[in-house]
Amino acid sequence: MGEVKVIGASLSSFCCRIEWALKLKGVEYEYIKEDLRNKSPILLQYNPVHKKIPVLVHNGKPVAESLVILEYIDETWQENPLLPKDPLEKSTARFWARFVDEKCIVSAWDACRAEEHEKERAVESAQESLGMIDKLIEGKKFFGGETIGFLDLVVGSLPNWLKFLEELGGIKLVDAEKFPSFHEWSKKFVEIPIIKEKIPMPDDLINYFTTSGLAKTIRGSALANNK
Amino acid sequence: MAEEVLLFSTWFSIYGRRVEMALKLKGIEYKFIEEDLTNKSPSLLKYNPVHKKVPVLVHNGKPVAESLVILEYIDETWKNHPILPKHPYERANTRFWAKFIDEKCWPAILQACWGKDQKEREKAAEELSKLLQFLENELKGKRFFGGETIGLLDIAGNTIGYWLGVFEEAAGVSELLTREKFPKLFNWVNEWLSVSAIKENLPPRDKHVAFMRLNGQGFWDDYNASK
Repeated sequence: MGEVKVIGASLSSFCCRIEWALKLKGVEYEYIKEDLRNKSPILLQYNPVHKKIPVLVHNGKPVAESLVILEYIDETWQENPLLPKDPLEKSTARFWARFVDEKCIVSAWDACRAEEHEKERAVESAQESLGMIDKLIEGKKFFGGETIGFLDLVVGSLPNWLKFLEELGGIKLVDAEKFPSFHEWSKKFVEIPIIKEKIPMPDDLINYFTTSGLAKTIRGSALANNK
Repeated sequence: MAEEVLLFSTWFSIYGRRVEMALKLKGIEYKFIEEDLTNKSPSLLKYNPVHKKVPVLVHNGKPVAESLVILEYIDETWKNHPILPKHPYERANTRFWAKFIDEKCWPAILQACWGKDQKEREKAAEELSKLLQFLENELKGKRFFGGETIGLLDIAGNTIGYWLGVFEEAAGVSELLTREKFPKLFNWVNEWLSVSAIKENLPPRDKHVAFMRLNGQGFWDDYNASK
């Protein structure tokens, strides 16, 4: 149904959500790779407010912000629905999606970047958030039920990103003992073919951060400090 | 089954007032439970254990938290006076700008009012002007963001329509949203204030200004601490 483009960057956890959603619905799209250190006129034209990726462009009209894009995709292409029909279940999915973005991802980064004296508290805070996700998936195959859904795509890149942040920050955030349900879910999720095709890998993330010199800009970084 | 709708909030909660506007617009009867945030009730902690914050809507015993999530829940549950457009692209646009108001405008307003020194406040005010310009452009020739009648974005726009002015007065900083600088937005505020679902759900101005004179700095400090 129309022309679909995704402006993204391969290591972005927000971009892969969009590609996974489109693939799940069998939507063909053109992928436009963006160099975030040298933003293209196209990106600035399609997302003048935030100048960020991902941006979905459907028949020339842009949609930005990954959670907004996911809902747009779900409402436009109705096969393999991502969100539940029931308003209460939908609200729950939306609530936890925001929690992942505003708490889990942010606190994991904070723990990675924390200076020595703040590290322990920052790690505890990150683990508290992750613990809630672990509890949420307990007893379930996927967040979406028997098949993956909206929340699986949102949480999706977390396992690999956490491994990367652990190495970057010289910290331990997750393990199979502490978060057994999250661990089980991660193993199943990353093996799904559509997911596996396009998922940021910890080694690629480490490589990007060290070769680009970004690792050095992160205070508390174990990689920068050669720990 | 008799419908039971509870709203846990406070008289000054910007987010709680949004929920009240939507409930009033759709003619939904509800019981308002005023929370003392210095002494949170066991019910609040039970219904929002994750964030322990207001507002929380409890519909037939089931809680929904986060104001934008609640607004969408209300719209999907009670179909009269829809507050979201039908078309997926317009829905995405509404969601994008609602996030923009919360994630960009809100912190800029707090900083412009209670930043640590004049330089920081002026810089935030400049930033806020740029953000308001985006909203000015988004209005185009419309009476409301929702078109001829108010929608979700007008409700989420309470930040701009009322809270901005109250905060500026409380902090003693100059008004940014003038007719000269933002004619469309200025007009929108007047139209917006004339809607009964809006004007009947605003905190009393003098009481609100007095409250923010005492608590504004704390609001900004809390925001900073959470980031």
